[in-house]
Amino acid sequence: MTLQTIHWALIGIWALLAAASVIVYVISRRSKKPVTELVQRTQSWWVMVAIFTISFLVSNTLSIIVFGLVSFLALKEYFSMIPTRRTDRRVLFWAYLSIPVQYFWVYDSYYGMFAVFIPVYMFLFLPFASLMTQKTDGFLRAIGTLNWGMMLCVFSISHAAFLLILPPTEESSAGGPGLLLYLIFLTQFNDVAQYTWGKMFGRRKIIPGVSPNKTWEGFLGGVATTFVLAIVTAPLVTPFDLAHAAAAGLLIPVAGFIGDVTVSALKRDLGVKDTGSLIPGHGGILDRIDSLTYTAPLFFHFTRYFYY
Amino acid sequence: MLQKLFYIFVKVAVLFLLGLNVRRKELLPADGPAIIVANHNSHLDTMVLMALMPLSKLKDIKPVAAADYFFASPAKAWLSERVLGIIPVERGAKGKAADKAADPLEGCYRALGEGKVLILFPEGSRGEPETMTDLKKGVSYLTERFPDAPVVPVFTHGLGKALPKGSFLLVPFFCDIFVGEPITWAGDRNRFMSALQDRFKKLSTEKTFAPWE
Repeated sequence: MTLQTIHWALIGIWALLAAASVIVYVISRRSKKPVTELVQRTQSWWVMVAIFTISFLVSNTLSIIVFGLVSFLALKEYFSMIPTRRTDRRVLFWAYLSIPVQYFWVYDSYYGMFAVFIPVYMFLFLPFASLMTQKTDGFLRAIGTLNWGMMLCVFSISHAAFLLILPPTEESSAGGPGLLLYLIFLTQFNDVAQYTWGKMFGRRKIIPGVSPNKTWEGFLGGVATTFVLAIVTAPLVTPFDLAHAAAAGLLIPVAGFIGDVTVSALKRDLGVKDTGSLIPGHGGILDRIDSLTYTAPLFFHFTRYFYY
Repeated sequence: MLQKLFYIFVKVAVLFLLGLNVRRKELLPADGPAIIVANHNSHLDTMVLMALMPLSKLKDIKPVAAADYFFASPAKAWLSERVLGIIPVERGAKGKAADKAADPLEGCYRALGEGKVLILFPEGSRGEPETMTDLKKGVSYLTERFPDAPVVPVFTHGLGKALPKGSFLLVPFFCDIFVGEPITWAGDRNRFMSALQDRFKKLSTEKTFAPWE
């Protein structure tokens, strides 16, 4: 097997993670304060990167299934967190069923249905399914929260999977897998960059009412770092020219930030600290993919508009 | 063998379909005689508690359940006994059978004597999902006879949402399992029961749960 650029990109990610682990190890030896969370976070990164790499190398179909599972776990976290009505158990079941259907459209490369199934068909169907119970107390709130969660956890995330099946273009042989790698890597790296810059230099808070840890220093430092990385890595795995790479390098960190604080606002409203405890050091799966819920659809349509 | 296969399947299903947030798993008793008492909301309760145990211990863990329900038909009885490993208890036998010599808890005494771990639902019935009712006193008889067996309270939340009484449709929700410090015989049945009730109350307020109206 000859190594393609995409394999080199994966090797690069592993090397970066190895370097990060060394740094964390040194910090944990020197620091007087306990750094369990940092160590846990790094360990969880290894697991997440391993799952991602394996599914990536095995097949597109497996990767699509993995994204389907991510949507399922995220939606489950969401439904477990929000207030729900007893009468809506069956409606929640229908909402879960939207996941295999939506990811089947991805697998089938059926863009038309992929783009309307949840925002049109499920959007219209779920209120109907709910009114069959004839309990109208709290109807609007139940349907509103249900649809929002499904859009965020299923529809948004499925865009990342749809990137996978985009074909190679004249400009880039890496095709869809390259674009997905680019999106996931930059989104997740941007989270880490904003967090790190914020920890080191953060002073001026951006929106303390929603997320007290978000600072201008963290945000701008993260945007700058991700921007540079986006431009450097674009020729490897994407068809982007310099201007488009620069645009993607701004789109991803800014959208990622907004996704992050949107889920923070949700958690604040519900009075919870983390969305769950699935990923040690990170919280729940929604805590990990919050930025992706914004970057995936925006980046997908950006790419599709200019190149497909 | 059958039991092991069944619980391997249950473990996978429980972890994937439901997902558990377990607090203080290490407090669960590994060896008997011991009694695990939990609130009862769903048929999933027993399966989830069993799924938390290591496979090698399964044969020593015995859920206690109502004979009238679980041994109602030959098929159910076979499943209850051979796969789930249930110890049957005659519900409401105390009053009507005061003259009968058989103690409804006889099976439990025997199991504890053999060093098994019992899983007991002192609410008696699953009742309204996610609402706790008063505890039945059976467990206090058991500890009176076995004062050294630790009684470990376990509070669960979410299982009644996932599979409430009377429904066959399993809707996935994350479930919380809070294991409490074990308590032992207090020298008096009423004192013991109120201590247990208090422990449950404390466990149930450890986290604020999303309302389910």
